[in-house]
Amino acid sequence: MTNVLKTNELGKQYGHKWALRHCTLSIPKSKVVGLVGPNGAGKTTLLQLAVGLLSPTTGTIDVLGGRPAENPSQLGRIGFVAQDTPTYARLSIVKHLQMGAWLNPNWDSKFADQRIDDLGLDRRQRAGSLSGGQRAQLALTLALAKRPELLLLDEPVASLDPLASREFLQTLMEVVEERDVTVVLSSHLVADLERVCDYLIVLAASKVQLSGDVENLLESHWRISGPRRDARDLPSNQHVIEESHTDKQSTFLIRTTQPIHDPAWKIAAVTVDDLVLAYMKNARDVEHQPLSTLREVS
Amino acid sequence: MIRFAWLQFRAQAAIAFGALAIIAIALAITGPHLVHVYDTMISTCKSQKDCGTAAAAFLHSNSTLRTWLGILVVVAPGIVGVFWGAPLVAREFETGTYRLVWTQSVSRTRWLAAKISVVGLFGILFAGLLSLMVTWWASPMDRVSMNTFANFDERDIVPIGYAAFAFMLGLGAGVLIRRAVPAMATTLVAFVAVRIAFINLVRPHFATALVISKHYSASFGPGRGTVFSYPMTLTSNVGSWVISSRTFNGAGNSVTNIACKLVSGIRVQPGSPRPSPAAIKARLRAAEAVFQKCIEQYRQVFTLQPASHYWSFQWYETVSFIAFALVLCAALIWWVRRRTW
Repeated sequence: MTNVLKTNELGKQYGHKWALRHCTLSIPKSKVVGLVGPNGAGKTTLLQLAVGLLSPTTGTIDVLGGRPAENPSQLGRIGFVAQDTPTYARLSIVKHLQMGAWLNPNWDSKFADQRIDDLGLDRRQRAGSLSGGQRAQLALTLALAKRPELLLLDEPVASLDPLASREFLQTLMEVVEERDVTVVLSSHLVADLERVCDYLIVLAASKVQLSGDVENLLESHWRISGPRRDARDLPSNQHVIEESHTDKQSTFLIRTTQPIHDPAWKIAAVTVDDLVLAYMKNARDVEHQPLSTLREVS
Repeated sequence: MIRFAWLQFRAQAAIAFGALAIIAIALAITGPHLVHVYDTMISTCKSQKDCGTAAAAFLHSNSTLRTWLGILVVVAPGIVGVFWGAPLVAREFETGTYRLVWTQSVSRTRWLAAKISVVGLFGILFAGLLSLMVTWWASPMDRVSMNTFANFDERDIVPIGYAAFAFMLGLGAGVLIRRAVPAMATTLVAFVAVRIAFINLVRPHFATALVISKHYSASFGPGRGTVFSYPMTLTSNVGSWVISSRTFNGAGNSVTNIACKLVSGIRVQPGSPRPSPAAIKARLRAAEAVFQKCIEQYRQVFTLQPASHYWSFQWYETVSFIAFALVLCAALIWWVRRRTW
């Protein structure tokens, strides 16, 4: 499995504050990756580092076999939709497409025109008068018409209403199916991404808490409940992610690749939502733990 | 990238060059008339041998418009810096569009270079054309006033240098401050400060100043009527730029007032006989001689640049400001290349 994005001990510091620290992750090719984490976890920082808008303070980042933004052709291989989908308010849609055509050698104007037609947008309309959903669609069109190998979207649906959000993700998935493109979507709500992602990275407290194929993650995490028991008494191949106890009963969210034999347990599958919340909660509780606790499942 | 820079700038350019066109039309209509008035004035005043009065009237009748046009030429480079230079990049930071444009397949250096070439060159063109138009329009009056250096900042080529510098200053402030309005304010303050500092500290030293020292003297009319002749103005160096004019006493110290008094000592006491007219005259002459002796110790020392230096000074100043602009430009490109946002 080849990686389109690889970071090693990546860190970004603003003044005395670390926006991202000790971030080591890899993103495999041709996946639709959900980058999930609470606000302030470093998602935006990571994506901006990947596209070269920021430079790392520490560590390395490698994107499509090169340094981010090291040259124009490197920039051309990455599509980026920034948070709040910035566009030039006073320029019309057609001027934005013109910009794309002028500034990108691989620009697919047929695709861009078709997309604007399909969206039913008036080309002469200024970007400033578009709705949030329409502006996001315009930004997505600009990013896709570059014919990127890697598409990065920073909180693309955060400011959209549910209908616009659904439409946005739908058009995104239609294009992704037709092309061999790796997509990374960040969001603080896993629900936004659950339907479209096949790979998940949970970023919290500026570190990667969890990363892996959604399918594998769901097959290796279970919620077990039974008579009250201490977490230390569980088999060594069962890693406790979350635990809760009542007087008589214990419930654990565990990670294991082995079958669970103990007949005392009631075993239930977990949802992506459960997983993300458990790991984010975990990160908050053990924020200052050393790197070795980083959990990697592949 | 040049095309996109132009696409972003053309609305502003249209406004500026529209305004310039209106001014050009107004000047083109009134300008030839001024030349005509000037020619007739010169020919009539020469025959009447009184050109001073005619020139003063000619200057006075057009002074308001001439002053306002001069102010416009002085302000134009500031407008270029504050309204074109400062928001150029700051606005992209403010609205977040830098994240859009920096992720197209264009390096930041090229992006900045394109903005500088398009907007910077238009700024220079704007200030330069305005200056040349006003210079042409005002030339009859400038010839009459003969005060060559008085309008130095608002004529000929210096506004080109000012505009280039103001633009780069604005752009630099915008890149560093990243917010349009504070960058605009900073640009204005810095530009005015540099211009004033340059006028006072650098411009006087472009060429070795001419130092002219003139002794005071007094001339006296008949009877008690007294006429003082002070060398307050220079008739021999018309149109020169007087950088300083100071008064020195006999000991060579700089003074602010002249301590000479004309004391005749003629005082008629009540009851005593009136001195004879001859005696009064003699006393007066003696007092005048004392006064003359006193005042002749004083000198007025002028430091000046003669009118013949005007064009070399225009070039020195223009080249200096263009050099400032180029240094700023190089520093800015270096900064944008290595800056890790």
